[in-house]
Amino acid sequence: MSSVAQKKGFGATLWDWLTTVDHKKIGILYFLGGGFFFVVGGIEAMMIRWQLYKPNNDFVSAGLFNDLITMHGTTMIFLAAMPILFGFMNAIVPLQIGARDVAFPFINSLGFWMFFFGGLFLNISWLYGEVPNAGWTSYASLSIASEGHGIDFYAIGLQIAGGGTLMAGINFLVTIINMRAPGMTYMRMPLFTWTTFVASAMILFAFPPLTIGLFFLTFDRMFGGNFFDHTMGGNTIIWEHIFWIFGHPEVYILILPAFGIFSEIFSIFSRKRLFGYPSMVFATVLIGFLGFMVWAHHMFTVGLGPTANAIFAVATMAIAVPTGVKIFNWLLTMWGGSIKVTTPMLYALGFIPSFVMGGVTGVMQGAAPLDYQLHDSYFIVAHFHYVIVGGVVLAILAATHLYWPKMFGTMLNETLGKITFTFFFIGFHMTFLIQHWLGFWGMPRRVWTYMDGQGWNLANLISTCGALLMAIGVIVLVYNVIITSIKNVKVGNDPWGDGRTLEWAIESPPIYYNFPATPLVRGLDTVWIEKMEGNETGLTPAEPIKDIHMPNGSIIPILMSFGLFIAGFGAMFRTEEAWGLPVLIFGLLWTFVSMAARSLQDDTGYYIKKDEILRDLKRKGGQK
Amino acid sequence: MMKGLKKWRLFSLLAVLTVFLAGCGQEELSTLLPAGQVGQDQFNLLLLSSGIMLLVIIVVVAIYLIALLRFRRSKLGEDHIPEQVEGSHKLELVWTIIPILLILLLAVPTVYYTYKLGDVSAMGAVDDDGNAENLVVDVTAKLYWWEFEYPNLGIVTAQELVVPMDEKVYFNLIAADVKHSFWIPAVGGKLDTNVENVNKFYLVFEKDSKNLKDGVFYGKCAELCGPSHALMDFKVKTMPRAEFDNWVAAMQASGDNQVVANPSGEAVFSQSCIGCHATSGVGESGANGPNLATFGDRNRVAGFLDHTKQDLIEWIKYPQKYKPGNKMPGFADQLSDSELDALAEYLMGLSVEK
Repeated sequence: MSSVAQKKGFGATLWDWLTTVDHKKIGILYFLGGGFFFVVGGIEAMMIRWQLYKPNNDFVSAGLFNDLITMHGTTMIFLAAMPILFGFMNAIVPLQIGARDVAFPFINSLGFWMFFFGGLFLNISWLYGEVPNAGWTSYASLSIASEGHGIDFYAIGLQIAGGGTLMAGINFLVTIINMRAPGMTYMRMPLFTWTTFVASAMILFAFPPLTIGLFFLTFDRMFGGNFFDHTMGGNTIIWEHIFWIFGHPEVYILILPAFGIFSEIFSIFSRKRLFGYPSMVFATVLIGFLGFMVWAHHMFTVGLGPTANAIFAVATMAIAVPTGVKIFNWLLTMWGGSIKVTTPMLYALGFIPSFVMGGVTGVMQGAAPLDYQLHDSYFIVAHFHYVIVGGVVLAILAATHLYWPKMFGTMLNETLGKITFTFFFIGFHMTFLIQHWLGFWGMPRRVWTYMDGQGWNLANLISTCGALLMAIGVIVLVYNVIITSIKNVKVGNDPWGDGRTLEWAIESPPIYYNFPATPLVRGLDTVWIEKMEGNETGLTPAEPIKDIHMPNGSIIPILMSFGLFIAGFGAMFRTEEAWGLPVLIFGLLWTFVSMAARSLQDDTGYYIKKDEILRDLKRKGGQK
Repeated sequence: MMKGLKKWRLFSLLAVLTVFLAGCGQEELSTLLPAGQVGQDQFNLLLLSSGIMLLVIIVVVAIYLIALLRFRRSKLGEDHIPEQVEGSHKLELVWTIIPILLILLLAVPTVYYTYKLGDVSAMGAVDDDGNAENLVVDVTAKLYWWEFEYPNLGIVTAQELVVPMDEKVYFNLIAADVKHSFWIPAVGGKLDTNVENVNKFYLVFEKDSKNLKDGVFYGKCAELCGPSHALMDFKVKTMPRAEFDNWVAAMQASGDNQVVANPSGEAVFSQSCIGCHATSGVGESGANGPNLATFGDRNRVAGFLDHTKQDLIEWIKYPQKYKPGNKMPGFADQLSDSELDALAEYLMGLSVEK
């Protein structure tokens, strides 16, 4: 491998991407994979809204509608939002802490490929014609009763993808604990790194329950287990508990990195240090902790009794306090700053009112007796879309614009970015604001059609029109990406001009070893401090330039994931096809052999020689 | 100029008012027009929480707008470097303590109502003669219909719940196949019908359904239960206690003195339908198909179709077309048009109210 740019053939480029363990490339892979599934989930959403734009519509059948809502939710949470956030974490966090890569580059790659094959497995259900149809929550009585292989695709697909997520979470934890540059204490870490850290810790504790739950479901459906069959002594409520013990932290796993992204944006584009940094960190940790204490607020109507409901109601409301602290800290970061309304800042500005609305409706639903009315109505649909779209998706779109230059070396068009924002933001509020009232007016969620004469027609039509505007916004974004990539105007280290953290002090995109010499961190917003003191580069090296140890690429992660993918089909068809069991065994063997190959292989990586780094530095100097 | 401004103000005020009134939804199924104590309690909590939350939104948006207007770079100049403030303990204390107080303000009534609405201790109360003091209804949710048994009265009905007004009605809820959720939006919040355990709660009905658009409140299934989840509606008739007692007496007698609107229709029924459907309101829950003793009094066919002979015939012929995944077989091939016609007439004649 050499840093000198060479023309590579298509095959060599492809091989490079399939075997890469470079966090920046894996970040891009996550981003592309997640982006693809985001579009798939978006098309499903549009079909849902089109079915509901008028009463008694027959655009899709009842069965297909349930397929669509299930796959829309599952895809957006597991295959779009989380992977795209992982993409940004991969691309940015090692740079923010002054590291050359994540702690376990091989596992990083394995995590991505498991997500990819898991997502593929789940979506092959569309081609097979039997699609998961019990909602993204897949409540046990219905998911056990569901005929065909739909739920099997759900259980196995998520199992594979979830394994990848767990690995990614552990990897980021270890990376952030161990690989911070000299001087980067915990209380000097940028907020995006902090939120990644807390979200990763949450993954570590939240995903094992999901794994267990999915195994139970798999055993019940494919191997004659009785975990959820109440006639055999099982219990369906256990699934609900297991799912939400995972599911509620999952919401915070999504929203915390979004908070981190917005913290960066408010600080950069207000040209001001984040207000109340220690309390921001504390609030993040507290939200992460409380996130595990409130799962039963998804189950107020299950009949847990008044004592359980009251405890979980009060615990749920408590989360509003640290979240409120964050909101006010962002506001005060803007206060007294010098606000420049760029596209990322526009998203951040749109985020505040949207997310506050999602937050307050969350507190309303935390009031258990009121939730008896709101639960499973369109109000909850409005609420979680205000949180997920108004929080997570706005953050993803903001970060797409903010970090595009850092990831791809060129800037997305600002005008088109603002057009995207306008369509998306107006469309978003138009789609979901009115749904609060649909809930008040008695419309249950997950209904494939509704009768005329219930007073819901106009509101549903407005909602569908809003969804169309959101779709236009996304199409403009895709167009923006395409023309930006074609023009490919290269930008410098800090294209936004006010970068405060380490990633903005190195070139865009960074060279594959990130930092020629590990930087010395002298405080929060270290690059800003350096620049204010007159150090143009924003970096002070902590060590002389010396040889750098780098990991080798590997094809094994993709092979290991592929084995699980094959085994999944074997498990699914084990009882009905003769080839089922052999394929299950073959797939698992394939994975174990790949693992053994990795363990037995003596791969110690390679060194980049000091001369080569000096040559790179000289070349960069020459370009300026 | 001023006059125009005033008119504009008046107009916008009216517009807001119209939206606000229209925002209440329809009386028979809106949670914003509560028709009973439980719904009213929940509505009060909604008003309280909305008020607090509106206050929060206003404060946030105010700070947000002022900050956004005052501190724009276009105003301050491109080279302006703001002071790098670290934070303020005083301010941070303020926005920690005030939210805690607001949350407490909401938490106290929340806990109070949680216990109040969860109190079913009076459910099994009996008077000196051993008769139940309160009306209890056992609800069984099935794919995709509702069975209502009155265990202390020895009667059972389906699809249309009939209840007396102005007293607590206690419910035992369970599902027979997959999980459903029992919800009468205008009367009170929902409770799930689980497959493995009986859930109990109570509702109070304080509005006579006679005055409503269709003469009934709307009930919904609120938990995804399969393809026809959206169509798993039921209806609720509320009436004064005396009227309810008459209805109960008529139900208890419905087995003996049945009005037969069409004898040949009855013959078809005994041949093709009686395996799953009963026409006497005396009995218990556990039937394969909805009890039809009150079919002629009902508001809808299958919970959602128009209550006409034509729709009924269509339903009997092609139930899977209208409610995919339900358990009723189609009779298009088994019954002739004249048989269907007679059967429909017979069913429409089944009544305890006329």
